[in-house]
Order: sequence, then C-alpha cells, then structure tokens
Amino acid sequence: MFKIIRKVIKVGVVSENYQADSTQLDAKKYQEKILKKFQRSLAVRYVDAGSCNGCELEANALSNPFYNLSQYGIEWVASPRHADVLLVSGPVTKNMAEALKRTYDAMPNPKWVVALGDCACTNPHYGTNYAILGRVEDVLPVDMRITGCPPSPQKILAVILNLTLN
Amino acid sequence: MQLSQQVEVKNLRDYCVALHAQGAILLAMWGSDERSEQHAFILHLIFLLPHAQEQTAIEQYTQIKLATDAPAFSDISDLFPVANRLQRALYDLLGFVAVGAKDTRPWLRHQAWSSDQFPLRTDFSVCPPTQDLYPFVTVQGEGVHEVSVGPVHAGIIEPGYFRFSVMGEEMLRLEERLGYTHKGIAKRLQNTAIHDAAKIVARVSGDATVAYSLAFAEAIEQALDFKVSEATQWLRAILLERERIANHLGDLGALGNDGGLAFGLAQFSRLKELWLRTHQALFGHRYLMDLIVTGGIEIELDVAKQQILLAEIKLLRQEVLSLENIYQQHSGLQGRFVTTGIVKHKRAETLGLLGLAARASGIAVDCRQLLKQLPYQEVDFKLVKQTAGDVAARVKVRFQEIYASLDLLEKFLTNPLSLAATKNEVQRCSVKPASCSWSYAIIESWRGPIAVAVKLNAAGQVSHAHVHDCSWQNWLALSYAIVDNIVADFPLINKSFNLSYSGADV
Repeated sequence: MFKIIRKVIKVGVVSENYQADSTQLDAKKYQEKILKKFQRSLAVRYVDAGSCNGCELEANALSNPFYNLSQYGIEWVASPRHADVLLVSGPVTKNMAEALKRTYDAMPNPKWVVALGDCACTNPHYGTNYAILGRVEDVLPVDMRITGCPPSPQKILAVILNLTLN
Repeated sequence: MQLSQQVEVKNLRDYCVALHAQGAILLAMWGSDERSEQHAFILHLIFLLPHAQEQTAIEQYTQIKLATDAPAFSDISDLFPVANRLQRALYDLLGFVAVGAKDTRPWLRHQAWSSDQFPLRTDFSVCPPTQDLYPFVTVQGEGVHEVSVGPVHAGIIEPGYFRFSVMGEEMLRLEERLGYTHKGIAKRLQNTAIHDAAKIVARVSGDATVAYSLAFAEAIEQALDFKVSEATQWLRAILLERERIANHLGDLGALGNDGGLAFGLAQFSRLKELWLRTHQALFGHRYLMDLIVTGGIEIELDVAKQQILLAEIKLLRQEVLSLENIYQQHSGLQGRFVTTGIVKHKRAETLGLLGLAARASGIAVDCRQLLKQLPYQEVDFKLVKQTAGDVAARVKVRFQEIYASLDLLEKFLTNPLSLAATKNEVQRCSVKPASCSWSYAIIESWRGPIAVAVKLNAAGQVSHAHVHDCSWQNWLALSYAIVDNIVADFPLINKSFNLSYSGADV
C-alpha cells in the first residue's frame, strides 16, 4: 500500500497538454469545448476491421499517463450504443465487414466515423482481393482520416480534438 | 534452416508418428500450388525436435508432393493438435483434403468465398460471397447456457469470436472462431517484389514487426545466398530484444489492470511510452517497423546512442524491479493471478505449445537458444521458465524475460560489433536468386517462434511466401485454460496469453 503511494508521489503527474499550433488551445480549453458541444464527453468506440494491431497499440497508448485521453473529456466506450465516434483501423476484411456495419448501425445519431491508419484511409499495401473489401470509406461514410503506420498518439489526438472543434 | 527433405505422401503418416515419438513439435504447415513448376501441389511441414541429439536434426523441413487432380494426405491432427486448424485452413485456401480428419469445418473461409473455390490456387478467380453458417459445437445439459463474445471486442483489441458454454458463472467450454482479420496475405505476396513483400510481412502482426521483418530478411538472404555481417546480426538482435521488452511492459500493465490494479497499468504504460519514445528519437519509428531490411539494417549505432540506451536499461531495470515487488505483495492482485487459467505441463506438451505461454507451463524451449542463433550463442543466454502454468506464471515469465533481455541488451550494446554495423551493407546484396527453392527462417518473437518461408522466381521476386505465428498453437491452450474458471476471469486469462489474431489469420 505504502509502496504504491510512494511510487505515485515519486513519479508524479506526467500528463502532457496537447498544444495545437494554429489554435493555441490547451487541454482545459478542449475539455470545455467538448463538455459544451458533446454534453459532457466524447465517447469513442474502436473497431479493428482487419488491422495488424499496430494502430491498436497507439490507440491504447492514448490512455497512458502522458497522453491521458480522459483529461479532454474523451473516453473509450464498450458499446456502440453509447458512442459518438466510430474509430476504425485496418483494411476492411470481408470477414469483418458485417460486424463493422452492424456496429455503425447500432450507433445513435449524430455519429462520426474516423478512419485510423494508412490501411483504413488508403489501403496502400493489400489492394482488394478475395479477402479484403477495401478502405473504410468503401464500406462506411468517413468523416475524418488519420494517416500513419501507425499514426502516433499525438497525431490521433490532434485529429480527434480538431474534429470536436468543427 | 535445414534443406528440405522429401517424403512421399503415402509415408507421411508413418513419418509423423516417428517424429511424434521423438517429442517433435509441429511448428508450421502450409501448402503451395506449384503445378506449373513442379507438376504438383506441395505440402510443407516444419518440425522442431528439442530433444534431438544432433544439432542438424533439431529443425526438420519436409515437402510432400500431392496429386494435382485430388490433393490429399492423411490427417495428423491426432498427433499434432495444431494441425486441426492448419488442415482446415489448407482446405479453405487450396482444397487439400486431410483424409481421416474428424473436424472438417471451414476455418478462414467465413462467407467470402464458396466451399468449392480455393483462393491460393493459381486458377482461382474472385467469386460471390456465400451464406454458409458455421457449425459451432454445442454443449448440452440442464442449466448450461451459451455466452458469445465478439468479433468486435469491448476493449481496443483485435477481433475474434468466442462462444462459451457456461454453468452459472463457471465456464465449461470455450470455442474460438478466428479468421476475422484474414487478409489473404499469402496470395498478396505471390509474384511481388522483395521490397514490397518485406513491407507486407512486417505488417502481419504489428507488435511483432521486428521479428517478422527479421525472419523475412533471413529467409530471403538464404535464397540469395547472402550473409550479412556479424555486426548487423548483433544490431538486429538489439532491435528484437527491445521489441520483446516493449511488449512485456505493455502486457504487465494490462494484466495488472485486468486484475483490478489500475496503478499497474498507469506505471507500466508510462515505462512503455518512454521506451517507445527512445525508439522514435534514436531509430525513427516507435515500433521499429521497416528497419530490418533484406541485406542489412536501416539504422546505425554510435557511442552517444549506445550511452543513452545503456543508461535507459539501468533505469528500467530498477523501475521494473520495484513494480514487480508491488505486484507480488498485492494480495488482491495475486488472488486474481494465482491458480487462474492453468495450463498443466502435460497439456502444454500434448498441444505442442510454444514460446512464452509454453515456458510458463514448464516447456523449456526458446528458439534463440535451441537453434543456436547468433548473437545469442556468443553470450550467456538465460532461458526463463515457470511450471505452474497459471496467469501468475505467465506474469512471472514476462518479468524474468524483461530482466534477461535487459542483460542481453547490455551485453550486445557493449560489444564493439554493434557499433560497427552500417546501412551500406544492403548495397552488397544482389537480387539474383541463388536457387529457386523454398527457404525459411525461424525467429523467437516476443510471443514465441514465428516462421517465414519464401520462394523466389528467376526474376528475383517473391513467387510464394508463407508466414506462421506460434499463436496458431497457443490459441489451443486458451480453450483448456478457461476450464474451472469464471467468465469474469476470461479477459485476464486471454490477456495473459495475448496471442495474435492478425498473425494467425494471415
């Protein structure tokens, strides 16, 4: 118990504030925007439609103490029925297409779809074949794209936060 | 790697029985359509024989020619349980029949193509989807109900489907259905330039990208009869060990979280983030993707980087030791870990488990040591093993492997060879293949051994390729580990294996 408390005090708070170059907003301001616009928080449902797991690693990193996603009022949700944003990674495989569509259909309006990673945005490596349908936008209407292989947590954050402003 | 042996299909069963008697582990099994080059379909098998006396007999690679009109071979899944799914995948992709197999349900073919079409055959053309339903095994009995999870999972993880038969809270049976991230990689790699193929193999399983890139590079280098310098081998091993540590840090945090200690996730994810930031700063990519290339390596080490890395190792060792101490003394966490998700030693042997999960159940096999790989042979390699086979054992193996890898890294970094590797070596490597036969390499990724096999054509392209992840074997263990546990412990048990979906679906 005491070792845990000592460690927590010793390590301290390592959260970093996201600073957008153009808008000059800091974490607190983003959180206020999200609180106002999205009625207290932005709920994100993640679906891997066929990725290699690299994008998942970076999305999970967003919850680490450095990026600390929840400081902006953004949270991951387990159910699409609670979600505002659908974050999709990977080229959409034919085996995952139905699950992806059902997840999207289960989300109430208003909803947004964000394609995460090069595979989801432009599918540069696989093409369409007997196993792959294509990019996320070949299956669902996409509102924003985050390119990268995998995109860094800073980049993911930048795009999601900008989504909330517009 | 070993040169291939040829076994006639009629002798396959006896051959496998003999190998099984020697304690062989089936590592990989795949097929290729070589009707134009060799007038046959080929079935390939790689076995590991950890108890072999001769070094040359530890790996065995076998090719079996199958008839072009009706490719069939005798079922070996009773000897090697992993063959059940591998055979089913072989039928889905190539139409090879495993004669005598009891389970002939499709594995990778969900509904994307029909049962009489075979995508990896050269004469395949895309066809409309089917509506075939998958026949799950049902458990009968009063009070038994089914719970299904997936393919979309609650957390941010890969997709897969699990159907539990549950009595109250207790899991009686688990049936897995995978294949959701099947991207047709083997087909995609056919007749592809080496450079492009390397990128695809690096993305088979993103968290093991260094291991896959390394196995691919080594397999291609064998086909080109090119030997990289010793310095490059040392530097490649440094990247492989750094990847191992990154994954273990992430897993230890996630396991603490799944056991109810969110503090563990916060601390370990912090340590992992620092580790990844070093990768970005020194090597240009957080996950070291695309750094190991055919013929060499895309990074160099200088004394300044060496010092940064050595200092980081010292710090990390202290941090992980203090966190291990906290984990061990936290009775709530240990209550979740100890005796949960047990895979007994005998079960692990029968299933042919490999890698980290196998070592936690007492199977002392690590390909870095078994296959006498450089540079591990040059230093004192410590094989990590536990015997309890529960979540606590898989946690302990991860802690011990972190310390072992930190020690290895210190030895590698302080050897002047690792500072001598240069990027320019790649230019020495020509793409004229020495032979057009199959070559392969096995690398102990952080989960366990993965294999990449390639065949080049005369133009120096990859004509066929196959990748195998040890997750195929270890997914079998999960169905046994959950028995006598409650549903609420499933995420913890699953995470304690942390197997690849994308690596197995391929």
